[in-house]
Amino acid sequence: MSETTKALDAQVAADAAAAEEARPSRLRQLVATPIMATLAFLAVLLLAFSILAPGKFGTTSNLTLLAQNVAILTVASVGTTFVIATAGIDLSIPSGIILGEVFAAQALMMISAGDGKAIDVPADQTRAGYVLAALAGALVAGLVIGAVNGVLVAYMRIPPMLATLGTLGAGLGVALLIRKGVNVATYALNPVATGTLIPGVPGLTNLVLIGLIVVVIGYVALHHSVFGRHTLAIGSSEEAARRVGLRVERHLLKVYVLGGLANGFAGFLSLAYFSTTSVGGHTTDNLQAITAVALGGTSLFGGVATILGTLIGVWIPAVLQNGFIIIGVNPYWQMIAVGIVLVLAVWSDQLRRRSQNRR
Amino acid sequence: MSESVGGQGVPALEARSIVKSFGTVRALRGASFQAYPGEVTALVGDNGAGKSTLIKVLSGVYSPDEGEVLVDGRPVSIPTPQAASALGIETVYQDLALAPDLDAASNVFLGRELRRFKVLHDQREMRKRTAASFAELGVGLVQDLRVPVASFSGGQRQSVAIARAAMWAEHVIIMDEPTAALGVIQTAKVLELIHSVRERGLAVVFISHNLPQVIEVADRIEVMRLGARVARFRRGEAGVERLIASISGAYANEEVAR
Ligand SMILES: Nc1ncnc2c1ncn2[C@@H]1O[C@H](COP(=O)(O)OP(=O)(O)OP(=O)(O)O)[C@@H](O)[C@H]1O
Ligand SMILES: [Mg+2]
Repeated sequence: MSETTKALDAQVAADAAAAEEARPSRLRQLVATPIMATLAFLAVLLLAFSILAPGKFGTTSNLTLLAQNVAILTVASVGTTFVIATAGIDLSIPSGIILGEVFAAQALMMISAGDGKAIDVPADQTRAGYVLAALAGALVAGLVIGAVNGVLVAYMRIPPMLATLGTLGAGLGVALLIRKGVNVATYALNPVATGTLIPGVPGLTNLVLIGLIVVVIGYVALHHSVFGRHTLAIGSSEEAARRVGLRVERHLLKVYVLGGLANGFAGFLSLAYFSTTSVGGHTTDNLQAITAVALGGTSLFGGVATILGTLIGVWIPAVLQNGFIIIGVNPYWQMIAVGIVLVLAVWSDQLRRRSQNRR
Repeated sequence: MSESVGGQGVPALEARSIVKSFGTVRALRGASFQAYPGEVTALVGDNGAGKSTLIKVLSGVYSPDEGEVLVDGRPVSIPTPQAASALGIETVYQDLALAPDLDAASNVFLGRELRRFKVLHDQREMRKRTAASFAELGVGLVQDLRVPVASFSGGQRQSVAIARAAMWAEHVIIMDEPTAALGVIQTAKVLELIHSVRERGLAVVFISHNLPQVIEVADRIEVMRLGARVARFRRGEAGVERLIASISGAYANEEVAR
């Protein structure tokens, strides 16, 4: 026995040495990391637009505007990172956001303020109570649509793509019905977006601050909490998760609810920032969010996800949009570019998976 | 007679006259089985004999139609895999059931994460304990513990699955064909690992079609045929030919009530 053991140990040592040698070069490793590739792509875009539109793109005011626009999409993208981590998908992001806006607005319409309603108060006369009521309305909208998604996917075993396509359509219809197709404006929530709780830092409006806080919470929840670990495990192998006793259905429901809440919250922020609901808007927010997540290095096949990647990826669609407008390219090109980038990101994910599974 | 082929003391895990049907298929027809602490018990039998069905009953995947399961001599019910875990029974399934994108430590602790502040996991500590248990079990993992198990070789993945079971099993480890897909070196490693788990005083249950290997490793061999046990042997009592005879029905040393 001891001789066999010795021979085995020698073999193991040799294997280790071989593995050491076979390790890919630093550079190749770096390029192979999707976050680095996306970061490089982002840098190239920023540089290109700065050169093409000198004194217009790279200005503090434009970058601040960009950060604001990115912040709302970031909130939805962080939520959808969890959904994609389970090997799911959430196409209902636009309806979550719009219903969030609409419910927030409806909540403001129900509150009396002076002779009128809270929805009509100017920004400087708003109250914390109005803001909280609107927030609650938006979160209820997100909760409902997320719970419906979760029940459909986890318990009724509807493929996520179709379940959330259904709630995308139905949710948009509900929003149009409630609003009778007409948008409503409000300035009551403005301070949430445009105020500066931490003054002195350029670009750090409340909206951007909130986006960053959501990223931090998402980061801890995905990478350091047991909840996040189980999310990744289910995305990696549902059967493995089941065999160790994870309650897969219940967990999936929670993840879709989380995604829905993020969308509802994004709707609240959107209403605060744009001062109006936008039924009929946000149509490509699912495309943009999913692209952001995929670009960041989260695998659409589940099991691998990164919040920091999402934080970087979310800038690509926004920079393309903003840059195209500034250099005078028809912004519709942005949709085409984002579509192409999404497919490329998923393709490279697939290549990565294949080379990993070749062993 | 049963004393001569039984093990030492009270069985850690015992099945008595288990009946299990799937529709009209009677997979188990009064199957009995015993595994003793500190012993390797091999379960052999032809394809379809009911081995996997029996161990699935014992690990909480199926509930039996009739019959009794006993742990340390006490009758128990094992309705779910978690119930088996709670009784100290861990199973290495043939398909391993690992999450390929998670690293070894995350897999070993999946569903039983060490926690900080109630909701966070303590990855550093889990990694440390996994490394310690791998070292203890003699698992030669060349990759570091941070890479996903998808990049491991088949043998290394097998080792992770076995190490996970070994880490949590307090009484019994059940392994369904643990060496079927392995090369020579890795097979030897797994067999070594089985020895070290046995040394810890656990009952090891081991399903294999490789009869020379079974004869080498097992302290006891139980033979199943058509859903019931037909023969039992202690180490050294049966060679390959006698095992084949039992498996094919030409030899039996146990009465089967049908
Ligand atoms: N879930 C099931 N549904 C229907 N029949 C089943 C099921 N599981 C097992 N069986 C049947 O029960 C019988 C015993 O199967 P089992 O898998 O236990 O055999 P085995 O001894 O493990 O065989 P092998 O050596 O091929 O793995 C077979 O006839 C099989 O077809
Ligand atoms: Mg079997």
